[in-house]
Amino acid sequence: MTSPNESSAGMQATGVKGADAASQSLQRRLAWRSTLQAIGMLPVLIILGIVFELMSGRFLSFQNLSIVMQQASINTVLAAGMTFVILTGGIDLSVGSILAASAMVAILGSLIPDWGMLGIPAALLAGLGLGLVNGALIAFAKLPPFIVTLGSLTAVRGLARLLGGDTTQFNPQLPFAFIGNGTLFGLPWLVWIAFAVVIISWFILRRTVLGVHIYAVGGNPDAARLTGIKVWAVLLFVYAFSGLAAGLGGVMSAARLFAANGLQLGQSYELDAIAAVILGGTSFVGGIGSIWGTLIGALIIAILSNGLILVGVSDIWQFIIKGLVIIGAVALDRYRLKGSART
Amino acid sequence: MTGSAPILEMKDISKTFPGVKALSNVSLTVYPGEIHALMGENGAGKSTLMKILSGAYQADSGGEIRINGQPVTIDGPLTARHHGISIIYQELSLAPNLSVAENMLLGREHTSGPMVDRRSMEKACQTVLERLGVHFKATTKVSELSMAERQLVEIARALIANSRILVMDEPTTSLSSRETEAMFALVRQLRAEGLAIIYISHRMAEIYELAERVSVLRDGSYVGTLVGDEISAERLVQMMVGRDLSSFYKKEHDAHQSRGPVMFAVRSMGDGVRVHDCSFELHEGEVLGIAGLVGAGRTELARLIYGADPRTTGEVFLEGKRLSIAEPEDAIEAGVVYLTEDRKNLGLFLDLTVRDNVNVNVLSRDARAGGVLNLKTAKQRAAAAIRALGIRVAGDVVPVGSLSGGNQQKVLLSRLLETKPKVLILDEPTRGVDIGAKSEIYRLIDSLARNGVGVIVISSELPEIVGICDRVLVMREGRLAGEVGGAGHPPVTQENIITIATGVREAAE
Repeated sequence: MTSPNESSAGMQATGVKGADAASQSLQRRLAWRSTLQAIGMLPVLIILGIVFELMSGRFLSFQNLSIVMQQASINTVLAAGMTFVILTGGIDLSVGSILAASAMVAILGSLIPDWGMLGIPAALLAGLGLGLVNGALIAFAKLPPFIVTLGSLTAVRGLARLLGGDTTQFNPQLPFAFIGNGTLFGLPWLVWIAFAVVIISWFILRRTVLGVHIYAVGGNPDAARLTGIKVWAVLLFVYAFSGLAAGLGGVMSAARLFAANGLQLGQSYELDAIAAVILGGTSFVGGIGSIWGTLIGALIIAILSNGLILVGVSDIWQFIIKGLVIIGAVALDRYRLKGSART
Repeated sequence: MTGSAPILEMKDISKTFPGVKALSNVSLTVYPGEIHALMGENGAGKSTLMKILSGAYQADSGGEIRINGQPVTIDGPLTARHHGISIIYQELSLAPNLSVAENMLLGREHTSGPMVDRRSMEKACQTVLERLGVHFKATTKVSELSMAERQLVEIARALIANSRILVMDEPTTSLSSRETEAMFALVRQLRAEGLAIIYISHRMAEIYELAERVSVLRDGSYVGTLVGDEISAERLVQMMVGRDLSSFYKKEHDAHQSRGPVMFAVRSMGDGVRVHDCSFELHEGEVLGIAGLVGAGRTELARLIYGADPRTTGEVFLEGKRLSIAEPEDAIEAGVVYLTEDRKNLGLFLDLTVRDNVNVNVLSRDARAGGVLNLKTAKQRAAAAIRALGIRVAGDVVPVGSLSGGNQQKVLLSRLLETKPKVLILDEPTRGVDIGAKSEIYRLIDSLARNGVGVIVISSELPEIVGICDRVLVMREGRLAGEVGGAGHPPVTQENIITIATGVREAAE
């Protein structure tokens, strides 16, 4: 199709030249706007850090920040998977339950004599498998994501209890305990893992064909289909990825606790993960958002929990303040980017 | 009837949308107890005029609306209803999950205290339904009714609101011939009761049968009104088409010299509902038009060919081979590509960048191992497309939603061209596009055809289709009703197309 290109190229040259000056200022404006969007909630994160430092005097120590990041790590991993799902306009309510079931699988696997490390791949496979079931129901049976994952939230919780015989399973000689408690170059393994998940997520979203397709399906599912994108494959992938991330979260929390409890572990983790994604500026209807925003969102939630404890706020008030900050931060974001973003 | 005073006078009504003058100084006078037909091509301004009457749009200042001689301001649907104006749209506006009575009195529920008085509502509605002579009850759920019955609910809704002016927008489009007759009888009954009925239709036969007077709009202007015996198909067609062809649409390539062998064929395509038994052939390097009125099934036919909707019958052949197209991805794979008429909802990814939008079809082909994006190629493709199609944009990382209509359309076109299609189906390729971009798109179509691409253009703009197509198929009510251009057919003119599209010929016979 070279010839149409040549035929109209000449005609256009003058028009483009004339618009150069105007286009440069437009380009600057657009660049500024996209910077704003990328920064997102970073100012909120920084302000919270300063406030807690001023109030407690020991927030900004290396040791405390390391604890904050460690506390944020599992939620970051879940929220990374959740980012993929929400970018397609969906939701995954089952991640907390999948985390519990996977943690149970990890502990049970670690009890196999001499082959205890098998607990890790077993847990990852369990998470992946459960995510695939979610994805298949949504992509092929075309059921609404909210309903499917609400169902698996309950069903997988039951599965987790079933796996552990409805008791807490322990393994004091956990072969992969270093993941939950060891450090590498001075930072906890959990933090390295979370950071790796964020990098991998960024790479998939921004550097692969699949990533563009995820944004396309979330932005306009009808157009995506007419464009020839395999919408079912994209949906299957994001729920499988979210399941896999929850499986990894299961390994991380099993390694941290040397134990798993089917009933309590991971309760309402899905809500923190969703909150992190939304705080990060990802649109709830899909198509807009970034993994960096999610990372900042997860850090804000962790800082809130940590800082409020340092300041000595009671458990009850922590809940109230956390909820209000989430609403307030998103409201601020909407106001700031009025007209250019939809949450 | 016309001896009485007019119930509705619209004088010098104008409506300007950003960049477009949709109506200029249109006047319309309607008397009680008459059926007044309103005609005009797609886009002539009929709907805009009626939307002003119903309060959905505000007219520009300078015009005047009088009801029973009194000047009124209609600033919203509620005011329109207060003045006794009801509109029955083509797409019905009923809530299917509610009962007939609830729909008829939506927003005006009878109450006793804070409670809805269901019994009083049902009784009032039942009276109106009996007056219309219908067979369903006020308590029936709308979802259980046929299309014809739903239309009756709309009419009943107008009656229970004591409307004196009833606008019916193509009321028979989805009705069978028996239902149509029942509808006519009802319309006549309402006329006898003294209602003024504004009847919008493309079908000549209906106009002959019902209307006392016909007003014609063209390009947003009032052309004239025919009364009684003056009404004839020839005069109406002439009034509706009327404009002279500007050299703007001048065709640059001559079909009969460059036309190659048959490259693409569609056989008895249909979905059993909107499209029936459509067969045609497309020659190499040909620009084939598909014309027809809104709702004739043009877009539906294109979507069936492309695999966007499930078909019940039909086969597609490309270069002699039968294609099995179940999904759009199969069509694209085979080299058959479709440009949607609704680029914002079905075409572009408005939040994605120009670069991603241009490349989205070829990302996988360009990708490195493991599906990793080839950023360099993508950047080059986007830059080439921006240059070649003259897309005015600050840079290729701008979200496509921030571009003007014409530039958005060029982005969408360049995406399709990146797939190197053999057959290109363009549905309203210049809708919402400014004049400059229009002529660039025409030039592009011409140059594609010269390079051997088979181009099918669906358009509601007759001058456009006459200007750029070598041959035109005309659809009516889901079928290919005729053909102009090509051997053994009448020449490509607006008159010939509109004659087939409206079914004048059948009406005259």
